[in-house]
Formats: sequence, structure tokens, C-alpha cells
Amino acid sequence: MLNPSPETDVVRIESLSFAYDTRPILHEVSLRIPRGKVVAIMGASGCGKTTLLRMIGGSIRPTAGVARVFGVDTTQLDTAGLYRMRRRMGMLFQFGALFTDMSVYDNVAFALREHTALPESAIRDLVLMKLDAVGLRGVAHAMPSSLSGGMARRVALARTVALDPALIMYDEPFAGLDPISLGVIARLIRRLNDALGATSIIVTHDVEESLQIVDYIYFVSGGRIIAEGTAEAVRASGVPYVRQFVRGETDGPVPFHYPAADYWSDLAVPKAA
Amino acid sequence: MNAIRHTLTQLGNAVTRRLTRLGVASRFFIYLLWHSGTAFQRFRLTIREVYFAGVLSLIIILVSGLFVGMVLGLQGYDTLQRYGSSEALGVLVALSLVRELGPVVAGLLFASRAGSAITAEIGLMKATEQISAMEMMAVDPIARVVAPRFWAGVISMPLLAALFSAMGIFGGYLVGVQLIGVDPGAFWSQMQAAVDIRQDVMNGVIKSVVFGIAVTWIAVFEGYDAPPTAEGVSGATTRTVVTGSLAILALDFMLTALMFTGGNAK
Repeated sequence: MLNPSPETDVVRIESLSFAYDTRPILHEVSLRIPRGKVVAIMGASGCGKTTLLRMIGGSIRPTAGVARVFGVDTTQLDTAGLYRMRRRMGMLFQFGALFTDMSVYDNVAFALREHTALPESAIRDLVLMKLDAVGLRGVAHAMPSSLSGGMARRVALARTVALDPALIMYDEPFAGLDPISLGVIARLIRRLNDALGATSIIVTHDVEESLQIVDYIYFVSGGRIIAEGTAEAVRASGVPYVRQFVRGETDGPVPFHYPAADYWSDLAVPKAA
Repeated sequence: MNAIRHTLTQLGNAVTRRLTRLGVASRFFIYLLWHSGTAFQRFRLTIREVYFAGVLSLIIILVSGLFVGMVLGLQGYDTLQRYGSSEALGVLVALSLVRELGPVVAGLLFASRAGSAITAEIGLMKATEQISAMEMMAVDPIARVVAPRFWAGVISMPLLAALFSAMGIFGGYLVGVQLIGVDPGAFWSQMQAAVDIRQDVMNGVIKSVVFGIAVTWIAVFEGYDAPPTAEGVSGATTRTVVTGSLAILALDFMLTALMFTGGNAK
């Protein structure tokens, strides 16, 4: 179980709801992310998990509810307050989002140059240390366009942890990676979290890789949290949706067929008697 | 009756949508000006963009200027010699370029060469989440990405217009003096006597600064406002060129009306 003491929670979400125009995305979601843990938010594509992550980062405001990060309600912060909070956060985007007009080195150095007054020699050492941590010190002077997808994701990871954030968020960190890169990224997420003493949130639909590295999992479906627990609890879960999701079954609570009119009435051919 | 109501509703909606967008663009412009500090404190960022928007536009600006000047030389001589005043060719070429063609044609070329590139770059940065990544790193993308590009455009445009006019005058000289044989002394001295620094050259510079502000504002706004898809970015790039060019033509008419008629006329 999660640590029962709420004071250690880095993120605490209470009854959060969100709707695009009139289309509801999240409905009264509540969850806690305790300090030092790696927590996954899982669910099918379009279930609202990325929206949840963006609300924690303050880039989307909820229609109702409270999102406390480091004890501060992000829904009440102005732009300056949000930027102050984000200096303690790192976010890895789905495809890395590296700045394509800068070299790998400058990408990792970006936040250091923007937010600190460190001399260039200190920045150089820090950048090389971060790149070494993800195993890519050798490509420091390459441009992002010359990297493979897995390498770009690792560079983006080095950039994300450049300022040693207390909270690291990952938006689909495993999407579109080959098995080797996938394993490398998964182990890096765990190792960096423990080495930096940080807290991590992973939004993903990659079951096997995530279950091996996370401490706790929330399942989101239809804008609600429908199950939660440790990796073992999730594997043994009796909730039909979780079972279907973990085993990758084609039919279950999430039907194979999208709702449609009656099949035979849609076809032009008359049904044989 | 219903058809009329429908048409009126559609018209109203279209007008409201455009006015709303103009409002959003104006707020964006004010925010941009307010957050331009970085573009000047770290001027190196702006200089880099001057290279992309200005220096890389040089080829098309210089070649176009040369050819426009040469055509002006041919056409001008053909008309002027009918009235026996072919020595006034220098005046005709210089005034046409400095007052009108320099700022306007350089502005149109700038909108299609540099404006479209700025929109596409910012739009793609948005589509690939680079802008969001910057926001999550607590760096304001308007101050860091948009403002240097805007000021680079505003700085580049008058310089490009000046180079366009200079090349054009050289083109007119090549055709008029070297090819056709107009007297070089008359060509240059009449030009010097007739072109006024304040009335002609300064007004041309003012025009090119205004066009630079308009085109670059449109370019950065369209890029920043583009829907983050391939279709969205291509639509925004097209709108930059079309709206930018129309804005130049409309502003040119208004500025010319203010500068060269009424109380200001010589």
C-alpha cells in the first residue's frame, strides 16, 4: 500500500474534473503520489491520462477540484507562480520534443543557461554528467535529427533531469521504441528516480515494462480511476477491465466493436433466410 | 425568409470570428512587446534570427532589385525619350524605387521568403511539443522564441528594402547609362537634385519599418496560433503570405496617402 501519511505526498489530487467544451474527459478523480515513489497512470488511449498529467503540470486548468503539487494548489497559481513551481519539475514528452535547432549539448544545457548563472565551464561538466548518465556523452555535439528514436528519448531524459527536479513526469515514455531502447528507458526512469531522490509519474499503456519498475499503479478508464494497487495486486486483479488490459485481450469490458447500427441492416445484401 | 436569416447568421459569424481573431492577435502583440526584454538583453538570440530572416533573404532581394531596376531603366527611357527628357531617367528610377517599389516589393518578397519560414518553424515547434516543453521548463516561449524572431524581422526589413533600392538604382544605371547611353552625369546629378532625404528616403524607410512590423507580427502570430497538425501548419504558412501581402498593399496605400498628398506635399 501507499504510505498512509499525506504530508509526504508530492502530488495530491482531489475530486478533479475536466471537460473540453461540453465533452467530459475526467470525472471527480482523486489520487496521491507519495515522495520517492514511481507511480504509473495507466489506461487506453484517449482515457484522459495525459490530460491528468498536464493538469499536474499546470498547463490545463480543471473545471472543478484541487490539484496540489508540493503542497500548493496549482489551480490557483498565476503564470509566474506556475513557472516557479515548474523549476522543480521535469517532463519528458511523448516523442522527446528536443529543440531541433540546437545540438544535443545545447538541448541539455538549455534549462541550466536559462535558470542559473553558472559559468559555461560548470554547465559543460553538468551537461556531460547528465549525458553520461543516459549513456550518450558520445553524441553531445550531434543534432537531434541525426539520432534514433530511442537515443532522442534518452537525450530528452537527460534534458528533463538537468536541473535535478523533485518531480519527474513521463508522457508515454515507451511509445514507438524497439524492445532494447524500451528496456533501457524503463531502467533509466527507475535509476534516475532513486539516484535523484525524486518522485516520478509515468503515464503509459505499456503494461509489462511498467509493472517491472513502478511502485504503484492507477488505472483510468472513461475519465475515472477504476482500480489501483501495486504491480502484484494489478497482476492478480479481478476487475474485468484491468484483467483485459493487463492480458491484452481483444474483447471484454472494452468491446472489439465500436457501437454501430445493426450489421445486417447496414449491408446492402439481404440476409439469407 | 429562412434563407436570408441563415445567410445573415453566417455573415455575422464570419465577421465575429475574424474580429475575435484580430483581438487575440492584438493581445498577443501587446504581450510580445511587453516580454521583449530577452530579445535585447540577450541580443545574440536576435542576431541569430537576423541571419535566418535577413541574410538568407539577400539573394532573392538583390536579384529582384537588380531586375526591377533594369526593367524600370528600359520602360522609363522608352517613355521619357518621347518627351525629350531621357536625362531624367535617374530621377524616375530612384524615386520609384525609394518611395514605392523598394519597400513594397521587398516587403512582399520578405513575406513569402522569411515570413513563411518563421510561421512554419514556430508552427512545427508547436506541433512537435517543443513550445510545450519550453513552457514546462519554466521558460516563456513568447520571450525566448517569438520575440527574437519578431525583432529580427523588424530590423531586417528596412535593411533589405534599402538594399533592394540600391540594387535597383544600379540596375537602372546599367541599362540606362551603360546599355542605352544616357549621359551618366545627368543621370546621377538629376537624381541627387530631385531625391529629398526627408520627403523621399525617410518616408521609404518609415514604410519599410511599418511593413516589417506588420509582416513579422502576422508571421509569428500565425505560427504560434497554428493548429498543431501538418494541415494546420501548412494553412498557417499560406495565411502568412496572403494576409502579409494584403496588409502591405493596404498599408502602402494608407501611408502614401498620408505622406505624399495634402499638407505634406512639396
